[in-house]
Amino acid sequence: MPSLWYNARVRGFLAQILTLSGAIAVLGLIVHNTVTHLSDRGIVSGFDFLGSTAGFGIISHLIEYSEASTYARAFVVGLLNTCLVAVLGILGATTIGFALGVARLSTNALVRSLTTLYVETLRNVPLLLQILLWYFAILVPLPGPRQSLTVGGLFFLNNRGLYFPRPVFEAGFWWVMVALALLAATVVAWQQWHRRHPRRLSQTGLVKVLMASSLLILGYAAFVFTAWRRPELHGFNYSGGWVLIPEFVALWIALATYTAAYIAEIVRAGIQSVSPGQREAALALGLNPAQTLRFVIIPQALRVIIPPLCGQYLNLTKNSSLGVAIAYPELVSVFAGTVLNQTGQAIEVIGITMAVYLALSLTISLFMNWYNHRMALKG
Amino acid sequence: MTTVSKNRSVLRSANVAWNWLRVNLLASPIQIILSMGALYVLYLIVSFVLRWAVLDAHWSGDSRQDCDGFGACWVFVKVRLPQFLYGFYPEAQRWRVNVALLVCSVTLLPLFARSLVRRLAWGLLAVSCYAAAAFVLLHGGIFDLPPVETHLWGGLMLTLVVSGVGILGSLPVGILLALGRRSDLPVIQALSVAFIEVVRGVPLVTLLFMASTMLPFFLPEGASPDKLIRALIGITLFAGANMAEVVRGGLQAIPKGQFEASAALGLGYWKTMGFVVLPQALRVVIPGILNTFISLLKDTTLVLIIGLFDLLGMVQAAATDPRWLGFALEGYVFAGLVFWVLCFSMSRVSMALERKLRFAKS
Repeated sequence: MPSLWYNARVRGFLAQILTLSGAIAVLGLIVHNTVTHLSDRGIVSGFDFLGSTAGFGIISHLIEYSEASTYARAFVVGLLNTCLVAVLGILGATTIGFALGVARLSTNALVRSLTTLYVETLRNVPLLLQILLWYFAILVPLPGPRQSLTVGGLFFLNNRGLYFPRPVFEAGFWWVMVALALLAATVVAWQQWHRRHPRRLSQTGLVKVLMASSLLILGYAAFVFTAWRRPELHGFNYSGGWVLIPEFVALWIALATYTAAYIAEIVRAGIQSVSPGQREAALALGLNPAQTLRFVIIPQALRVIIPPLCGQYLNLTKNSSLGVAIAYPELVSVFAGTVLNQTGQAIEVIGITMAVYLALSLTISLFMNWYNHRMALKG
Repeated sequence: MTTVSKNRSVLRSANVAWNWLRVNLLASPIQIILSMGALYVLYLIVSFVLRWAVLDAHWSGDSRQDCDGFGACWVFVKVRLPQFLYGFYPEAQRWRVNVALLVCSVTLLPLFARSLVRRLAWGLLAVSCYAAAAFVLLHGGIFDLPPVETHLWGGLMLTLVVSGVGILGSLPVGILLALGRRSDLPVIQALSVAFIEVVRGVPLVTLLFMASTMLPFFLPEGASPDKLIRALIGITLFAGANMAEVVRGGLQAIPKGQFEASAALGLGYWKTMGFVVLPQALRVVIPGILNTFISLLKDTTLVLIIGLFDLLGMVQAAATDPRWLGFALEGYVFAGLVFWVLCFSMSRVSMALERKLRFAKS
């Protein structure tokens, strides 16, 4: 029946059946081989190993952890370390990246060429190389605690890490926080009221000054009610302050500076995407330069900037897995490294690790879809 | 007369230079301060680099005793250079690597052919012949060539092998996946989407870990491939999924009329795609493809995490050698320079192509 053979729907159906059966066959073969191997090596599959004692130490943990803790807790410790370096990395990368992106559009030729130098250097060198360079060539050869580099006796940098003062909050601090929350609530309420009755309140400027000054006073009070414990040298090491281990510092600096180079390009492209006519039109309408920037340029630039920016944040988070190369105890290093080697449960461990990153990626891409949908030009 | 006109032209160019300075560096007091600051930063960078890397650097000698003081110890790089380039490849056999690299540039010649189809066809043929020949040449074992096991491969050579295989493999994988994702057949579309999203959603490190620890479980007993092949599989899948997204961008840019016109001409799916859609789509995304190659080249350094010694891996191994402790920076700077030259030149080519394509369109 040639007519049936040349029917597009029939052919499509056949192609799908073939692909599906091929995929199922490959999957079946993999499962079969895996089961055979596992039973040959006497590995019991399942997630029971998560409850047993880990028996290894982790140099940096945000929650209580010891060698007697379980593998599940080691997993959480690794995950939290990944989150820590990702969040701080994103903060650093955004700050540097936006500054560089604006500087790349400067009318000053020297500033422009300096930022170009930065972007082109960092983007074209592998991130792993930069991480290793920061760790092995810069932080590890630093002098010991007794010859620390210091800034004003508050920050100390040596081969054990970066030490800085630790805030100790006194009772008054929490009252300040309560007052701050009240202030925030008042601002929101006032804004709502102002939106509903735009003409009733003519003293907008006065209200703004009042709010700004109370914010300043509260900030000062918060500072007063916080005691700072400086790191002090006791014997061979510093104690009293907070410490960031060198592995963290190296990974953090490398991730932030590398991603900043990409963010700078995104910001530059975003600002350039707003056509010059927009600025001219806004100025012609009588908006001042600050208003032009705030109500015309930035909203349109952000529409272009935010989607790739989210992509870079996601990349940074995924790249934090390179911490495994310098033994920073993040998720891959702790879980897919040490736990995998100790338990031999390759499939479960790799599966969980990949699921974590996958969940993260899917969340961010869902957010991006939502954002694009919301921001799409109507009409 | 001539001197007067010469003087005038000198004056004019001085005027142009002064105008440029005024507009670009000295437009306002703030701009002047900015310029001074930037100049100072530039001075700090240049003077440090010049002193460290050239003026105070140590060039001659063959041991660490020849390096003392502040400057860079290029002796370290000089002594280790053969390993940085060839890894543990036996010294007597290194000509094979050189020949393979030399022939590589010859196989790229068809890329300069006039017609795109001819370029693609000849290019594919030449490249696949080359890949087979290069493997035979490098691995040996036949034609009186002593075998060189893959665990001896290393250095820049391994970096080029891994990125070359990744680049070659990622194109067909990426094109097939992109076609699958844009397909009307729900099963094929779902499978492609799932594969692309999963591979792109996880870091390459976990894929390499998976390839190195789980692949032996997946394959039948005795079929377990060596470490290099496992890494290549991981890298190719990763690059393929990324390539698929780039190609998809190109497919989406093709107007619907092109599909309708080829359907009206009676072309089937594969002919439509092969002769009408893909040639246009790939053309549009050539810059994106090159950018994928650049990130792939940078990502090949990750193979050091699963115990292969690419350029960075060799540098890392050399820097932790007790005889040369303390010269890590020189090694990283050397490796960084090599990567920088490769990536920067590729990115310039990509930008030039982008400009050319934009002109071709308008």
